[in-house]
Amino acid sequence: MNANIVLSLENITKKYPGVVALNNVSIEFLEGEVHALLGENGAGKSTLIKAVAGAIPIDGGSIHVGGQTYHQMTPHLSRSLGIEVIYQEFNLVPPMSVAENIFLGDRVNEKRLVDYAAMNAKASEIFQQFDVALDPTSRVEDLSPAQQQIVEIAKAVSKKVKILIMDEPSAPLSVAEVEHMFAIIQQLKQKGVTIIYISHRLEEVFRISDRVSVMRDGRYVATRLTQETNRKELISLMVGRELKEVYPSRTVIPTETVLQVKNLSGNGDRDISFSVKKGEILGISGLVGAGRTELAMLLYGAAQIESGEIWVNGKLAHIRSPQDAIRHRIGLLTEDRKGKGLFLEMGVRWNISFPIIRRLSKRGVLDFQTENDIAEKFTRRMNIKTPSLEQRVINLSGGNQQKVVLAKSLAAESDILIFDEPTRGIDVGAKQEIYQLMRELSDHGIAILMISSEMEELLGMSDRIIVLCEGKLAGEVQKEQFSQDYILDLASGTH
Amino acid sequence: MKMDTLKLSNMRTSFGAELRKYAPQMILVALVILFSIITPRFLTTYNLLILVRQVSFAAISAVGIMFVMIGGAIDLSIGSQIVLTNVLLAIMMAIWKVPMGLAILITLLLGTLLGVCNGLLAVKLKVHPLIITLGTASIFKGLGYIIANSRNIMGFPDAYRWFGQGYIGPLPVPIVVMIIVALIGSFVLTRTYFGRYVFAMGGNEEAARLAGVNINRMRIILFAICGFASGITSVLLLSRVFAGQVSTGSGIEFDCLTAALLGGVSFKGGEGTIFGLITGILIIGVLNNAMQLASFPDFSQNVVKGAVLLIAVGFDVYQKTHKAKETVALVKA
Repeated sequence: MNANIVLSLENITKKYPGVVALNNVSIEFLEGEVHALLGENGAGKSTLIKAVAGAIPIDGGSIHVGGQTYHQMTPHLSRSLGIEVIYQEFNLVPPMSVAENIFLGDRVNEKRLVDYAAMNAKASEIFQQFDVALDPTSRVEDLSPAQQQIVEIAKAVSKKVKILIMDEPSAPLSVAEVEHMFAIIQQLKQKGVTIIYISHRLEEVFRISDRVSVMRDGRYVATRLTQETNRKELISLMVGRELKEVYPSRTVIPTETVLQVKNLSGNGDRDISFSVKKGEILGISGLVGAGRTELAMLLYGAAQIESGEIWVNGKLAHIRSPQDAIRHRIGLLTEDRKGKGLFLEMGVRWNISFPIIRRLSKRGVLDFQTENDIAEKFTRRMNIKTPSLEQRVINLSGGNQQKVVLAKSLAAESDILIFDEPTRGIDVGAKQEIYQLMRELSDHGIAILMISSEMEELLGMSDRIIVLCEGKLAGEVQKEQFSQDYILDLASGTH
Repeated sequence: MKMDTLKLSNMRTSFGAELRKYAPQMILVALVILFSIITPRFLTTYNLLILVRQVSFAAISAVGIMFVMIGGAIDLSIGSQIVLTNVLLAIMMAIWKVPMGLAILITLLLGTLLGVCNGLLAVKLKVHPLIITLGTASIFKGLGYIIANSRNIMGFPDAYRWFGQGYIGPLPVPIVVMIIVALIGSFVLTRTYFGRYVFAMGGNEEAARLAGVNINRMRIILFAICGFASGITSVLLLSRVFAGQVSTGSGIEFDCLTAALLGGVSFKGGEGTIFGLITGILIIGVLNNAMQLASFPDFSQNVVKGAVLLIAVGFDVYQKTHKAKETVALVKA
């Protein structure tokens, strides 16, 4: 290597009571490279970042930056060394302006009072560098996730970042927005900034990274030049075994229409019509903000229907609340599992049984035995890895949390399931299990509506895809016509 | 060998967790021991019954506020509800000569209705219940003052004394009522689907809504339960004081709230047990009673009460962050 090593981690170890989260991890990062960090959930990527950022103390090992050796990091120290982290949950103050957020905690000049004019000008300057049109005076809470991310990047740049760590940066973004983010990363790279890019999405790793390091079970596994490796190798390094992302094929041909939506409007969506057959998987594609989740909320009664009709099993269904939807055996897996899908402080049993807890009660009184049986059944069926049914779900990994959400809707015995980003932020292994399960469900005659931003899984799993664009139905694509380009054309409204 | 160390460390954390779980109970026991040493008159059956009766009134309302709090809201209007229902009950019996049973029934209904008002306002205006009940507190209290018209209302049927002053066996009636209310409250919260809904609402309102819980209806019901409980308190308190005064019940919500927080009911909702609540109320009772016995000046009692609350809540937050750290460990594991 002829580039300089800007950050070197040596034998980093982090122990928590009963577990070793990081076990002698050593990785070197070069100046101006995009270095992807791969690993399944719980592999220790996040812990490693936190150690580098000084958010947690380490139990052993050392961090070398700029010729100095540190045995312990603090947030302040890592900042002063030019290390910035953009976490999955943004660290922004929503009611404050873009510029105020960028310069939070910093002074733009020596004036005694806050110099808003200078602050806004400096913010604009950064945005211009990246060719972004963002008003420094607009409030952060009014921005889209993609725009908020740009504010985070700008914040890091304003702090003279040398090493930028991005944790799953593409998760909240649409395809087009990811492209834009890549462009910004390229510019930062040209300035000599090192980017540590954490992602589950292998295709992104190949698109953007120069090198890739893989972690598994708190250990460092290997580093590869991105050009010299391939998908299969990375997956096997990640899971420690050969694993292909296969989309299980169907065995039953759907015929009978179970859900029919006629000219549905509301919640920002306009005049949407489609139908789903029993045992069919209908993919719903579109860019972020195209109204996909909004459509799910309409169908589930969680948002007000302004006009149009929903027919379930050939009968007109009046769905005004989630209760109505549940009564019509419609289930929803929300995209925001922590915010809307789970009771994080409660146990696995509690969460799984919650939607049917009323049915499980006799004259209002709970039947703990039946509840336990059901929770146990689904924990086993979904292969949820938990020490006990009483384990609080906040302690489970992302993949297992998602399985709890799934178990919840399965326990409710829905005929129609709406899956909103069912595999977001979960690892390859768990993804595979969820695909398998979706296939099983559809084989058993359950109709599935799957909203996804991952084109590959959408094409792989769906029998048919409808594409939304700006709250309207842009088109319906049959299996024979499936192609990424065609769907993207429809989604971006250029068709 | 490795297994053994692992098991041991698990045991240690779970023992620590157990210990932390019973922090309020330990505080209570420590206080009892402390005051038994300071004043010999403290640890007698006679005194303890007085002590518990003293707080039994607030305890009943506290069960009500606990439902509201676990559901993720707050009711600051409890004391004012009691002021209003108390004055009305006094007037009904003393002046309008409404039969006692009917008057009590009307009071309970009225209490419930005041709760429904709080709930409806919170749901319809979509304003934080803290603000709503701050407003209704002022209204209820004001109405009580208007109706009372600076009178000291007296002349109730003699049988009415029983509620606040009578005994069932060795136990004062308010204590018995408190026990019954606490048992019912505990049963509803832990053994019924309604209880699950309450915890769910407080734990994650949006998730509860999407799981089919009618949040608005639940919110109104919870405030109604709180109002009903305060109706009971009102009936007992008037019998205890045996004169209709606007001061009765005023400010009782602070004892209820303190007891709830001391007992581990989360201010954010989704957490709390009746056992904890009763412990909290007993801590307040012990502090009140023992400091009177030991003739602490009134004002210093306030200081101690406040300090105990801050220590208890501070400890709670400390153990939560501790728990959160363990959680991080597990997630990353």
